[in-house]
Amino acid sequence: MTTLAPEPLTAASNPPTQPLESNLLPTDVRRISATAHVPPPTRQLTEVAKLIDVSKCIGCKACQSACIQWNDTHPAVEENVGIYENPHDLTPDMFTLMRFAEWENPETNELEWLIRKDGCMHCEDPGCLKSCPAPGAIVQYTNGVVDFISDNCIGCGYCVKGCPFDVPRIHKTAHVSKKCTLCSDRIAVGQGPACAKACPTQCITFGPKEEMKALAAERVEDLKERGYDNAGLYDPQGVGGTHVMYVLHHADKPSIYSGLPDDPRISPLVEAWKGPAKKLGLMAAGAAFLGSALHGIFAKPNEVSEHEEEEAEELYEDIVHEAPEAAEASGEAAR
Amino acid sequence: MTEKRVDSAPGDEIESEAPLRVFRYRGFTRANHWLTAGCMIVLLLSGAAFFHPSLFWLTGLFGGGQTTRWLHPLVGVLLFFSFMGLFLQMWRLNLPRREDVEWSLKIGDVLKGNEENLPELGKYNAGQKGVFWGMSGLIMVLIVSGVMIWEEYFPNLVSIPVRRAAVVVHALAALGSLFIFIAHVYAAIWTRGTISAMTRGTVTGGWAFRHHRKWFKELARRKRDEPSEGAAEANGAAVKPR
Repeated sequence: MTTLAPEPLTAASNPPTQPLESNLLPTDVRRISATAHVPPPTRQLTEVAKLIDVSKCIGCKACQSACIQWNDTHPAVEENVGIYENPHDLTPDMFTLMRFAEWENPETNELEWLIRKDGCMHCEDPGCLKSCPAPGAIVQYTNGVVDFISDNCIGCGYCVKGCPFDVPRIHKTAHVSKKCTLCSDRIAVGQGPACAKACPTQCITFGPKEEMKALAAERVEDLKERGYDNAGLYDPQGVGGTHVMYVLHHADKPSIYSGLPDDPRISPLVEAWKGPAKKLGLMAAGAAFLGSALHGIFAKPNEVSEHEEEEAEELYEDIVHEAPEAAEASGEAAR
Repeated sequence: MTEKRVDSAPGDEIESEAPLRVFRYRGFTRANHWLTAGCMIVLLLSGAAFFHPSLFWLTGLFGGGQTTRWLHPLVGVLLFFSFMGLFLQMWRLNLPRREDVEWSLKIGDVLKGNEENLPELGKYNAGQKGVFWGMSGLIMVLIVSGVMIWEEYFPNLVSIPVRRAAVVVHALAALGSLFIFIAHVYAAIWTRGTISAMTRGTVTGGWAFRHHRKWFKELARRKRDEPSEGAAEANGAAVKPR
C-alpha cells in the first residue's frame, strides 16, 4: 500500500524513490469557480509560497526551461527583436517569463538591470476564479495554490479580464486557459516547483509561506545594509496577499519591474460584474417573466370584438365607396 | 392614382374583403423576423449560461460549455445582420409621430385594453416603436462590446481594462434586451390576433381597425384607388392570396 506524500517544505529536496499517493485531494479545495457552495475542506494544508528574490536573479532562464520541461509545453521559436525576453510575452505554452527592464536610477544616475520572473501570483483572492463562469474550471487549494482544471475550462477568456496581473493566456487550438500551476502536480507529491528546483542562484525558493516571509525579511535587511533603503517584500494585500512573492530592491516602485502593478486588486468593474449586481439582474429577469405571466393570467386579454370586426367592414366599405377626387371612376367600378 | 404610403410599408394591403383580412408582413420580412427571433433565443439562453453560474447548465442545450462558447458570438453576428435586415425594412414607420405622445400619456388605457380612448395609429404604436429602437440601440451596444470580448478572434483588440468595462456593458445591455424581448413576446400574445401577422402574414380587419386604424384606412384608400384591374377584383373575396 502506498502512503500519502508529505507536504512539500522546500524545492531543494530530491524526490523519494518509492511511489507516493497524491497529497492534494479534491477535499483540499477551498474555492471553486462558479460554485456557490463549496463543501468545507476537511483539513487545512500548510500555506505555501514561492519567493522570488529579484536581487539574486542572473537572468539565466533556467526557470523557463524547467517550466517548459516539467509541463511539457512547446513554445514556438520566435524571432529576436533585440531584447532578452524570449518568448515576447507569456503564452499558453510559456507559463513563466523573465522580463528584463533597464532602469536609470535617478538618485545614483546608474543604469539598473531589473529582471523579474513573471507568471501567476497565486492570489489569496484570485480575480480569475472570481470572473470564471465555468463551474470547476478554476480551484484554489487550502495551501493557496490556484489551479486551472482544463477539463472544465471553456476557453471564454473571462479569467484574462479578471486577473489583475495579466497572466492567463488562452490556448489557440486547445481553447483552454493556461498559466503557472505552481507545479501543483509536484506539490502533490511533496516536491517544490520545477522553476525553484532549477534556479542556480536560489533566487527562487519555495516552502511554507511563513518561512518564506521570514527568509524575505532576512534578505530585505541584507539589501538595506547594502544601500537599498526601499528594499521590501511584494506580497500585495489588495488581493489578500499572494503565494508567489518578490523581494524587490525598490519595493516602493514595483512598476519599474516591467509593469508589476503597484497596488493590484480585482478591478471594481469585475466586482460589479460578478458581485451582487449579477444576482439583482437575475432577480429582475425572473420578475419580468413572473410579472408577464401573472398579467397574462389575471388581466383580460386585449381581444378584438365581433363588433369591431363589423365596424372594420363598415369603415372599409365607406372608404371604398366614398368618392375620391382622383379616382372616382375606379371607386365607382369597385361597387 | 393610388396615394403615397405614409403609414404603411411596401407589401401592406387589403388581402381579402370577405372575410376582411389585411396583409401586414410579406414572406421575406417574416422569414427575416423568425431568423432574428431564433438567434435571439439561442443568444439569450447561451448568454444566460455565462451570466450566472446557476444557469450554466443551459450550456447542455448546445452540447457543452466549449460549444456554447464558440456558438454564442457567431450567432450574435448572424443576429446583427439579420436584425439589420429588419431595421432597413422598418425604421421609417418607426419614426416618432405626433400621436405617439398621446398614446404614451394614456398608457393606463393601453394596459387596460381601452383602445377606444387611444388615438388612431399608423402601422406601429409607441410601444412597438420603443421595442424597435430599444432593440436597435441595444444590439449595436451588444455587437460592439461583444466583439471586444470575443477571445477567439479578437483577443487583443482592446486593452484589458476596456474589456472589463465591455463585459459589464454587454451583460447590462443583454439584460435590457431580455426585458424588451419579454415585453415584445408578451404583447404579441396578450394582444390577441397579433401572431398571425408573423405566421400567415395577415391580420383580421377588426384587428387592424382596433389597433392601427390609420394604417388600415390608408390601405383601404389605396385599395379603392387601385387601377381598374384591382378595383374590379375588389368585388370578390380573397383577391390576392399569398
